[in-house]
Amino acid sequence: MTKTYINGVGCISTQKTFDTVFLEEAVVNHEENVLAIVPPVYKEYISPAASRRMAKGVKNGIVASALAMKDANIEKVDAIITGTGLGCIEDSEKFLKSILDNNEEFLTPTSFIQSTHNTVGAQIALLQQCKGYNFTYVNGAVSFESALIDAKMQIEEGEANSILVGGVDENGEYTTSLFKLNGRIKADNTAPYDVLTSNTNGAVYGEGASFFVLENERKENTYAELLDVSIVNTLEENEIEAAIRSFLKSNSLEISAIDALVLGFDGNADFENYYRNLAKNAFAETPVLYYKHLSGEYDTASAFAFWMAAKILKTQEIPEIVKVNSVAKPAYKTILLYNQLSGKNHSFTLLSK
Amino acid sequence: MARGVAITGMGIISAIGNSVEENYLSLIENKIGISRIQNISTVHADVIKVGEIKKTNEDLVNELKLNEDNNFSRTAMIGTLAAKQAVENAGITNINEFRTGLISATSVGGMDMTERHYYDYFEKPELTKYITCHDGGDVAEKIAEELGLKGMVTTISTACSSAANSIMLGARLIKTGKLDRVIVGGADALAKFTINGFKTLMILSDDYNKPFDNTRKGLNLGEAAAFLVLESDEIVAKQNKKVLARVSGYGNANDAYHQTASSENGEGAYLAMKKAFDVSGLKPSEIDYINVHGTATPNNDLSEGRALLRIYENEKVPDFSSTKPFTGHTLAAAAAIEAVYSVLAIQNNVVYPNLNFEVPMEEFDLKPQTSLKNKTIEHVLSNSFGFGGNCSTLIFSKS
Repeated sequence: MTKTYINGVGCISTQKTFDTVFLEEAVVNHEENVLAIVPPVYKEYISPAASRRMAKGVKNGIVASALAMKDANIEKVDAIITGTGLGCIEDSEKFLKSILDNNEEFLTPTSFIQSTHNTVGAQIALLQQCKGYNFTYVNGAVSFESALIDAKMQIEEGEANSILVGGVDENGEYTTSLFKLNGRIKADNTAPYDVLTSNTNGAVYGEGASFFVLENERKENTYAELLDVSIVNTLEENEIEAAIRSFLKSNSLEISAIDALVLGFDGNADFENYYRNLAKNAFAETPVLYYKHLSGEYDTASAFAFWMAAKILKTQEIPEIVKVNSVAKPAYKTILLYNQLSGKNHSFTLLSK
Repeated sequence: MARGVAITGMGIISAIGNSVEENYLSLIENKIGISRIQNISTVHADVIKVGEIKKTNEDLVNELKLNEDNNFSRTAMIGTLAAKQAVENAGITNINEFRTGLISATSVGGMDMTERHYYDYFEKPELTKYITCHDGGDVAEKIAEELGLKGMVTTISTACSSAANSIMLGARLIKTGKLDRVIVGGADALAKFTINGFKTLMILSDDYNKPFDNTRKGLNLGEAAAFLVLESDEIVAKQNKKVLARVSGYGNANDAYHQTASSENGEGAYLAMKKAFDVSGLKPSEIDYINVHGTATPNNDLSEGRALLRIYENEKVPDFSSTKPFTGHTLAAAAAIEAVYSVLAIQNNVVYPNLNFEVPMEEFDLKPQTSLKNKTIEHVLSNSFGFGGNCSTLIFSKS
């Protein structure tokens, strides 16, 4: 079975994660409950005329994918697979509002067209003239991992040799206000917001676009090998450890072989035990890392974690800012990522150097 | 030697029926489901015709025996109904007995609830529960919960080819041994959002849609849900299961031409069909019936027709028809309901009529089958194309 390698990465996030080595410019924002991306210089990638018509998510997706392609030193891929929770939600909001505000009259199609979930993947294909396989997954917190599973299967089966795979989501003003209303986002004016010590519900929200070039061969610039990805819809708190052990076992690994565990702590007190139990018990002797205090929570935030893990394996360094405990290892060879949202949509992703 | 992945169950709800049997009877008795819109209040009600499921949300709640405090969107309800039928039809009693997955597909998920309550959320706390319905994954989430399915659950959204892609992914997951059993399909309910979206694109017909007709004016939107159960040959053998038909070929390609329009020469469609033939090992001449995408928009039918002519080069294009005059274009669910129709065509050896066709298109010499035709059907090819240049082809074969 052909192996899958991460050969290029591109990340646009609520931190400066482009034109940097890693997270050296990262800053934890304790003051806001909705974080905005640090925008790249779009005109270096997209003509201003085209850029004006594009949704935020499309622009970020295009830049992140261009960065990944450049990083991988390739100009063409065989397939493009995207994960997104809500797609270009700003355009969905815009189109829906104009329907409601104008009683279904005087509408223009632009925002309707952009609102389609597969716009990001489609626009990247259009720009690159990539006529290959093009899928978009939209399943909440496992949208990105669904894309990874698909990509890995394509490479394993020899259906594609190089694939652009990514996760992208954008904040929309009205939607974030609804998420504050239903408690998905932490209440306004309750700063300081702190992910690890939070005892309130909801998360600090974010947005971003992370794209990766996955290929069937190890190259000089390879970051890591993608060993395995698994998604499980429903698991109880007390089933997580066993699920992880069996996932590792199917890869002939034990917990002791994991050099770092990246957890999706997002400060939502109701569901933090899914992570906390692991950090305290089975993985007490393992370096445990977190990232949503930097990226914010969003459906495809786990793509930011994937970027982070790839970077750690390449640089062999763990930035202080992402450490949950003080355990260190002499070398980082194998990293496990675990994420879930509200006790649903669990994902396990395994990378090795 | 069995070819492809076994289909062991099907479920469907559409404008032409609430079960597989009802849908089949409508197809062979020319009972169309296109009418004026009832369940959604829209200013376009007197202009457009739609393929609406003849049930109110209240009917659906009752049928599913949902609690009063449920937060099911219409999309989730029709999806659950179809998925439950499919699971029952496959004779599955213990859903988590094998590694079982659910791959759903939707274009706008629970938009029907979002658009209904959008401005009321802040005034009416009792509506807050519907906010999460908007998420594209919410429909699959609800179906999984209703089925008690705990394993792999995901959703594909590639506009109008979505369900073809969920069937394709499911077949690949079985083929590669990643799952033993997978429920695949899609659901989309009518929404003001999509009605107005297609309206602004000026591709809605004010009349009954006429695929591949020279005077076609556009599509009728529809709503539907359909799911199929795919199972590994091991389970089929072990449980001595009846195989309805097999998914023998699949292909997805991107037209890379325009965000909403298809290319002149049907490049994406051509590539998708070509890939599907490669996977199946079948020759184009072995196809007995093509269930075309055939939305009846000027652009689609021209592009798809040209792609067909490219695939068939010097050969005769097999009998083909679009079933959208019956159901309307059900967007992300279209490929799932048409997969059910394809399997039924194989089981019953029929080609469905392409209704409303009168005048052949001036651009080429292609005439769809216009009346019900009985003939031996071994292989059916089904096309589905979506925005973003997303083109998908599935091939179904007799087991």
